[in-house]
Amino acid sequence: MSERAPEQVATTYREAVRAGLREALQREPRAFLMGEDIGRYGGCYAVTKGMLDEFGPERIRDTPLSESGFVGAGIGAAMAGMRPIVEVMTCNFSLLCLDQILNNAATIRHMSGGQFSVPIVIRMATGAGRQLAAQHSHSLEGWYAHIPGIRVLAPATLEDGRGMLWTAMNDPDPVLIFENIMLYNMGGTIDAAAGAVDIDRAVVRRPGRDVSLLTYGGSLWKTLEAAATLKEQGIDAEVIDLRTLRPLDDATIMESVRKTRRAVIVDEGWRSGSISAEIATRIVEQAFWSLDAPITRVCTEEVPIPYPKHLEDAALPSREKIEAAVRKVVGR
Amino acid sequence: MGEFRMPSLGSDMEKGTLVEWLKKPGDTVRPGDVVAVIETEKGAIEIEAFEAGTFERSLVDIGQTVPVGTPIAVINGGVRPSAPIAAPAAAVPRQAASAPPMAPRIAGPVEGLKVSPAARKLAAERGIDVTQIRGSGPDGSIVFTDVESYAPGVKPTAQAPIPSAPSKEKRATPPDMGMRSIIAAATARSKREIPHYYLSHEVDITRALKWLAKTNTRRTPDERLLPAVLLLKALARALRKHPGFNGFYEENAFRLSDRIHIGVAIAIRGGGLVAPAIHDTDKLSLDDLMERLRDLVTRVRQGRFRSSEISDPTITLTSLGERGVDTVIPVIYPPQVAILGAGTPRKQPMIADGKVRVRDVITLSLAGDHRASDGHSGALFLVAWANLLQHPEEL
Amino acid sequence: MTKGALQKIVEEELKNIAPETSPADIGSDEDVREALDIDSMGFLTFITALHRRLNVDVPEKDYAKLFTKRGAVEYLSRKRAKPS
Repeated sequence: MSERAPEQVATTYREAVRAGLREALQREPRAFLMGEDIGRYGGCYAVTKGMLDEFGPERIRDTPLSESGFVGAGIGAAMAGMRPIVEVMTCNFSLLCLDQILNNAATIRHMSGGQFSVPIVIRMATGAGRQLAAQHSHSLEGWYAHIPGIRVLAPATLEDGRGMLWTAMNDPDPVLIFENIMLYNMGGTIDAAAGAVDIDRAVVRRPGRDVSLLTYGGSLWKTLEAAATLKEQGIDAEVIDLRTLRPLDDATIMESVRKTRRAVIVDEGWRSGSISAEIATRIVEQAFWSLDAPITRVCTEEVPIPYPKHLEDAALPSREKIEAAVRKVVGR
Repeated sequence: MGEFRMPSLGSDMEKGTLVEWLKKPGDTVRPGDVVAVIETEKGAIEIEAFEAGTFERSLVDIGQTVPVGTPIAVINGGVRPSAPIAAPAAAVPRQAASAPPMAPRIAGPVEGLKVSPAARKLAAERGIDVTQIRGSGPDGSIVFTDVESYAPGVKPTAQAPIPSAPSKEKRATPPDMGMRSIIAAATARSKREIPHYYLSHEVDITRALKWLAKTNTRRTPDERLLPAVLLLKALARALRKHPGFNGFYEENAFRLSDRIHIGVAIAIRGGGLVAPAIHDTDKLSLDDLMERLRDLVTRVRQGRFRSSEISDPTITLTSLGERGVDTVIPVIYPPQVAILGAGTPRKQPMIADGKVRVRDVITLSLAGDHRASDGHSGALFLVAWANLLQHPEEL
Repeated sequence: MTKGALQKIVEEELKNIAPETSPADIGSDEDVREALDIDSMGFLTFITALHRRLNVDVPEKDYAKLFTKRGAVEYLSRKRAKPS
């Protein structure tokens, strides 16, 4: 979070995302929101609360419970010149519209020989931690990062929650934004004038010498906490917020790993076939001769996310697991 | 058709950058002709052909950097593929010539030993045997900092004759870090592998300097001799009687060289130094020796010397000249087995014929490789050198 | 030849030996060997160049008189006025 002096205002991640959505609707007449319960109910996570009153039913559109239908409608609207911002309640449900995203949104530019583009933004809630059980708690952003033709974002900070949307909406191709559900209540202060941010680069959230911790989204804060504890133990960890999972910012990752010679990847997705696996492979491909230790991952246990609190906590990456992994790769 | 390859000018050289072609397509190439100038971490070096033929075409552009062993030109007409002169005596390993281009020369895994990729690469760059290192990483693995602290970036002393020279364009700038790491590697390897012993001897050179002054009085400046020439010639003569210091220690054995190529440590303006050889030092007259020395110093300071000169000194002399320091305790340049040093000539009281007199004195020193010789033979060698300096007219 | 011209020649020849330095910027009474890091071979090259250029043969016993720029200019000026 920025600590620059000029006019800081208190906010939450939820409010920051909402501020981004409001800006989009205010500045871009072609923009509209569409999704389940986003209007009268104010959104499953209350992100769009109050927006129906402000912008009216033409631009805040409640949809039937049919992901394939309304995401498909969004794709069509985008092709026809609108700037749809579609909310999918949780990424678990996005599998119902996976065909629309993968076979239509991601391919139209390619299959039309560049005649059509699909400037759609699809927001999805992701992640576990609120005892929503196995069908509402998964982290599938890594899967989507597999798909050429779309961009995948994971805003972890108030600034990114606020500023990624505008840039995403102005991208001529489909952009998926994954908002971790544990972040919505996160409070903090933000520059009153905060606005659009880039959606290309990873950012060093904490510089360090001994090990690179590569993470994104909800795991960023656990990782930063772990880094603070490790610092007290004499281990100086660098924390990188990936921000964009597709395309990955290889340059920032490699620069950090070449400096620290060690990498621990923290990813709330399952380990097998995950974005963490992709990052590890890229490090081996591009920075092998700079490595001092095996690349290590802290991922979610390979189980459906459990409902009981203690089991859910045990399944997810935690500060303690991150600290243990780091201590192992630095040999302490 | 012959492929002219990027030569290896030392076991620590991995690549070279093409600076200039001195032959163009159609030119006749004779053995010994300088074909190209390459920039290495040791400086700009002229590389020579040793087969006759016709320069057909270059395969590498100016400015391009290629690994050792990469074909850089085609020279036709030689019976065998033309190759650059490289280290006939120093026997620099040439295995790099067959290595695939761009493959880093990094040792494979050693059984039972965990060495991180970063550590392995650094060890290869510095010529360090990782089995000698204690690991501090996970599971006792050897990591980057273990190698780094095992062979820290040694600041070379003025005595360490390490081939290194900035290019003529870069004369005024400090030597680059690549050269520094080469110096670090060579001196660290020397100090790690070579059990040095040291001897020093104060020598009255009043007669030698008088003889020199008298000789120079009759000469115009361009014909005058420097004391270094006497040191060189006397050393070469001493080596004839003590051949056990002239040669190379390789593969656990000392091998005599039947020719005497004394390497002369020459400081580079702006930092660093090189020790190129004066070939067959023992066979040259003082005048010829002076001419060779003058030529060598001039070329080194212009950043140009020949591949054959830097690759095959059989022993090295480092002379501090008039720098005001009495004694030098030098570092042997592997695979050589000895290095001689000469401090600044000075006036000091000495006892001669039972009386204290002011004499011109120089401290000569020897660093010897204990695997190849012992202190006793070293002392005999050092004294033989000193005695030869007493009769300059016979040199 | 004026002393100014001689000084210019002295500085040019010193520059040839120590190209990365500025001989014009050192003091007239500084020892050029120290100030410009010139060794015995470099100094002999300097003497040789002066011989070639000004036809003044500096014998070894006089070398010390040319260790400074002022000394060199005085010496060369004297020698050229009165060839020995």
